[in-house]
Amino acid sequence: MVESVFDWADPTTAHLWEAASKEQLVIQQCGACRQYQFYPRPFCLACDSDDIGWVAASGQGTVYSQTTVHLKAAPELGLVTPYVVAVVQLEEGPRLLTNLTGEACRIGSPVQVSWRSRPGQAPVPVFGLATP
Amino acid sequence: MLITGPDREVFISGVAEAPLGEVRDHSELSMIALAAREALADAGLTLRDVDGLFVNYLGEEGTVQVGEYLGIQPSYSDSSDLGGAAFVAFLGHASAALQTGRCRVALIVYASRQRTRATRKLNHWNEKATSPQFEQPYGLPAPMGQFGLLAARHMYEYGTTPEQLASVAVTARQWAGLNPKAWKRDPLTIDDVLESRLICAPLHRLDCCLVTDGGGAIVLTIGDRARDSANTPIRVAGTGESARQWHIPQLPSLEASPGVAAARAALQMAEVGHADIDVFEPYDASTISVLLALEDVGFCARGDAGAFVQEGNLTATGSLPSITSGGGLSYCHPGALGILLVIEAVRQLRGQAGARQVPGATVGLVHGIGGLFSTAATAVLVRG
Ligand SMILES: [Zn+2]
Repeated sequence: MVESVFDWADPTTAHLWEAASKEQLVIQQCGACRQYQFYPRPFCLACDSDDIGWVAASGQGTVYSQTTVHLKAAPELGLVTPYVVAVVQLEEGPRLLTNLTGEACRIGSPVQVSWRSRPGQAPVPVFGLATP
Repeated sequence: MLITGPDREVFISGVAEAPLGEVRDHSELSMIALAAREALADAGLTLRDVDGLFVNYLGEEGTVQVGEYLGIQPSYSDSSDLGGAAFVAFLGHASAALQTGRCRVALIVYASRQRTRATRKLNHWNEKATSPQFEQPYGLPAPMGQFGLLAARHMYEYGTTPEQLASVAVTARQWAGLNPKAWKRDPLTIDDVLESRLICAPLHRLDCCLVTDGGGAIVLTIGDRARDSANTPIRVAGTGESARQWHIPQLPSLEASPGVAAARAALQMAEVGHADIDVFEPYDASTISVLLALEDVGFCARGDAGAFVQEGNLTATGSLPSITSGGGLSYCHPGALGILLVIEAVRQLRGQAGARQVPGATVGLVHGIGGLFSTAATAVLVRG
């Protein structure tokens, strides 16, 4: 059972986490200048327009950088040391922090989104090597 | 009252380290009091002369708490939180306050017992910010995770090697061997660094700064008051600062580092070029921090810093003596290093650096960074 996103998210990000609970990755796009935006803000930072809406991201991207962490993570994160933290550049342009799972990736590797479930919260997007 | 002309020049007229290393017989505040009294004596002044106070990381209303403890009542207070870069940025803030007559004697202080208290947190997350939603789930240990990501990208873009990163730590240790106050002074080799355990790959344990107690104090004065100082006053010739991103994915590129804007501003204000710099004090939170600082300040073209360090340019006999105290990697890293970088530069420019003195040093450049590679502040300091 996923709690209300308002318990741990905020009103400007609630839609993103509602989509995440259905394993859909959404980002913002400006209707005026077409700029994509991540993480969400209440208007477009590129042109100040209020005409900012949600679009489905393709879920495809490339690894911009990655580091293998050899320290212990907080237990509630469910990460087994060593684990890989990466900056992934989405096909649409924005970058986000994530974990890489499965087969080893390199900087520049094509990756696609998958989801890691969390107790009581929406799943988070993680990435793995894209299948050709 | 806007002060103009030669009387407008601002000087660092006193510096002192707080107790360093492992401090069990003092609190942070008493460490600050000792350092403040010593720095003021160095300037020929006392606590009763201070009317400008600059602190960071010292609790809610930090300037008020520290001011009360020191028995001073500042007419000008500043606790801008630029992370570890704040203490370099404060040289600019204090200059502006002195030049506009808001204060006559500015005191910058800091102390931490992060080693003794064992309270260093790996995460900086603010419960009310976006980090808990978009970064915290992924377990990036701050700030070494951010530095690991920067190092990996630097290696990918420019072919920088683990050996080149390690050569920064080896260079810092060579300098530390000349500094009796350094925490780590035993010789270090490239292999030692590469064989130390991985923390956030490609960074090893010995690519990362120390965790020690420590702190310091800096006194700035203006015009004639500075020239009356007990020691050679060191002129604050140029300052610059920049803040860019909190979340590392929001940094557009390595070239967009906050250090670029900060250093450009400081060098322009000081009207000096890179060839004029005799001693360079970069904030070595990690080995990659130094490569980025060399490129951000413009001592090297993008991608050339690894080879530049490996060739020995930062050593005592190199073209750009740097990290002369031994730095955060080997001398002291009390959570925020910026204040100690300034103190070391002042000692070098006064000719008081003992065995590690860079002969004839007259122009120094201090480059601080802060947060999660979020902020930078640069100062050009000149003897006389
Ligand atoms: Zn727009």
